Amino acid sequence: MDDSRLEQIIDTHQSTADSLIQILLDIQAENRWLPKEALERVSEKLQVPLSRVQHAATFYKAFSVVPKGRHEIHVCMGTACHVRGAPRLLDSIQDLVGIKPGETDSELKFSLETVNCLGCCALGPVIEVDGTYHGKMVPAQTGEILKNYE
Amino acid sequence: MTRIQSPAALEEIRKDILAHRDPQKPCIILCSGSACLASRSKEVAESLEAEIEKQGLTAAVDIKKTGCHGFCERGPIMIILPEDICYVQIVPEDIPEIISRTIKEKQVIERLLYTDPATGEKITYESDIPFYKHQERLVFGANRRIDPKNIEDYLAIGGYSALPKALSQMTPEQVLGEVKKANLRGRGGGGFPAGRKWEECRNAPGDIKYVIVNADEGDPGAYKDRSLLEGNPHLILEGLMIGGYAIGAHQGYIYVRQEYPLAVDNVTIAIKQAEQYGLLGNNILGSGFDFTVKVHKGAGAFVSGESSALMTALEGRVGEPRPKYIHTAIKGVWDRPSDLNNVETWANVPLIINNGADWFTGMGTEGSKGTKIFSLVGKINNTGLVEVPMGVTLRDIIFTIGGGIPKEKKFKAVQTGGPSGGCLPEERLDTQVDFDELTNAGSMMGSGGMIIMDEDTCMVDVARYFLEFLTGESCGKCVPCREGIRQMLKILTNITRGKGKEGDIELLEEMAEVLKTAALCALGRTAPNPVLSTIHYFKDEYEAHIREKKCPAYSCKELIAYYIDPEKCQACMLCAKKCPVDAISGGKNLIHIIDQETCTKCETCYDACPPRFKAIRKISGEPVPPPVPEEARTITRRSKKDE
Repeated sequence: MDDSRLEQIIDTHQSTADSLIQILLDIQAENRWLPKEALERVSEKLQVPLSRVQHAATFYKAFSVVPKGRHEIHVCMGTACHVRGAPRLLDSIQDLVGIKPGETDSELKFSLETVNCLGCCALGPVIEVDGTYHGKMVPAQTGEILKNYE
Repeated sequence: MTRIQSPAALEEIRKDILAHRDPQKPCIILCSGSACLASRSKEVAESLEAEIEKQGLTAAVDIKKTGCHGFCERGPIMIILPEDICYVQIVPEDIPEIISRTIKEKQVIERLLYTDPATGEKITYESDIPFYKHQERLVFGANRRIDPKNIEDYLAIGGYSALPKALSQMTPEQVLGEVKKANLRGRGGGGFPAGRKWEECRNAPGDIKYVIVNADEGDPGAYKDRSLLEGNPHLILEGLMIGGYAIGAHQGYIYVRQEYPLAVDNVTIAIKQAEQYGLLGNNILGSGFDFTVKVHKGAGAFVSGESSALMTALEGRVGEPRPKYIHTAIKGVWDRPSDLNNVETWANVPLIINNGADWFTGMGTEGSKGTKIFSLVGKINNTGLVEVPMGVTLRDIIFTIGGGIPKEKKFKAVQTGGPSGGCLPEERLDTQVDFDELTNAGSMMGSGGMIIMDEDTCMVDVARYFLEFLTGESCGKCVPCREGIRQMLKILTNITRGKGKEGDIELLEEMAEVLKTAALCALGRTAPNPVLSTIHYFKDEYEAHIREKKCPAYSCKELIAYYIDPEKCQACMLCAKKCPVDAISGGKNLIHIIDQETCTKCETCYDACPPRFKAIRKISGEPVPPPVPEEARTITRRSKKDE
């Protein structure tokens, strides 16, 4: 993310300290992760100690302080999906992509995350890849879906 | 749009909107809530728009993309007006036929109707479908009638009539009195009377006060707040404004999870429209009352749904809870009096003002009035959002509305209240939906998740699941929660892995007591509930895991094995071909054998084995029989004729 865009985001929120989380959310949405330089700039502009910015950046699930893969896999681990076999689904995806939830592979192809409920329980167990939902999944189908991503 | 200056002018506008609407004009309503969007509702909408244009009907037919209708199991749902025909599970390919036959020729397409699984009967109208028929959709029912992005739709169904009534005909005290009299209890889980909270906030010293919508719905398996906010944002806004008026607050906040992008969009649009109409801002409808609303996105932390944590997050700090010796109604956001209520609680306010407290208290039980929305999910035939009057039994919700358990499995438990709630067994199914009844039974109302479990669900694993969720979500500020949950999780994980020992159950109970007493906020204090309720009702399952190293539900991976019954195996190769780790040996006419060392217990073979053979079974608590000797592996295939 270039500096001028970063400044723009901070300015839309009137550079006030109470909008810290909203600013970080906007940066995350556009850049898909929060680089250290961006956090430092936010800290300076909002006059909020860097430690507090870091605290927020690492506390919330929405933020990532490391770069994300080209494709993001979200495996729903909500209760409905859990009782319908989500743990087995997650196991099979971990085996396929070779990373654990919260990790990104070394080629930056996939990032794997678990989420607590995607709110489409009728489709459970469900995974979401780059915004596309795949419902009523069984472990045997995961390979077929993930091979479409480069 | 010029700002509306008075209640009378608002009524004029409403009349004008209605005058321009022809109730006989064909209108295709398409559910476009998040759940239906996941079922390709967006593609259906695109193909609908294209087809209508293609057939030259753009001026003759209206399309309305609404929020969630609730019957997610059969989404995307389509309703065709004025006949009120309901089609389910629509795919884009159905559209040309719908336009030519139903819209043009006024014919019902049988195959798109809902089929009652019990009778096989095709049902044409939504209101006749058992899932809907037994509900009382007072709050949620409007979703299907309005485009949430269009304030005119809300006005057309009588929306924004409670606000002018409150502002012009009632004093703030009267509004407060009505809500108190209605005994509206908090729909976010706790069930605290909203009127009392409002009163405390109103009476708290200070000129600047805040009212807040809690839309940080984080319970896994609950999505009713999202659907309300997505589908009917003006209803929530109207409730919030009335609350602001009664309490004396001029600033409202909507704290909504960023994981709900459609809800964020729709409520943001709604605020903008309400401002343009003069329903927000200064001197609303000429009453002298000023009110503004801001949307604050939550960044994904379950604990931020706790009132003090949420208020800290609104200040731009990390959403951790703080001790509440002084209520947030007195010292909340920036230490100013702040009233926080759940989305569904706010949604009830306009109904109470319009219809009166007596109407509201006419529904429900002694201690719980009105209706309650649940997301009915898990091992249930009709997954979806249901709204029922308080006092309905769990059995009615699960079997009459929910249609029972799929695949003829046996019901085992119903979980309500999310990670703070509990699991109730079969013998508690006649418990009424009521704040106090559910608490007495060992669960709680919670924010509306109702997860159904069948015989394949392991109750120890369910308890472990919730604690695993909570260890991830505990903010770590207080020791009982940070350490207590983690240690309880360790014990439970051991039990599910066959490493449980005598005394574990008692130790869990003891730690649960400490957590209940000593944790800082409700997250920690209620965290032991799933453990305690499962120990209470399903102790035999715990004991089987600990003593016999057996998972009675055949669910805990470490305690089960998959075994191919040599008597039943027809050597069809299906399982062997699908096994991702090549753990199954066998060939044509050769009985298949699973290599237990290589098997990862992914259950693929179990699903792959044709139901007419049913050759693979799960084994737990006993040794796997030795493989068939090589010489006995060849089978003589039954010929097709014999089958």
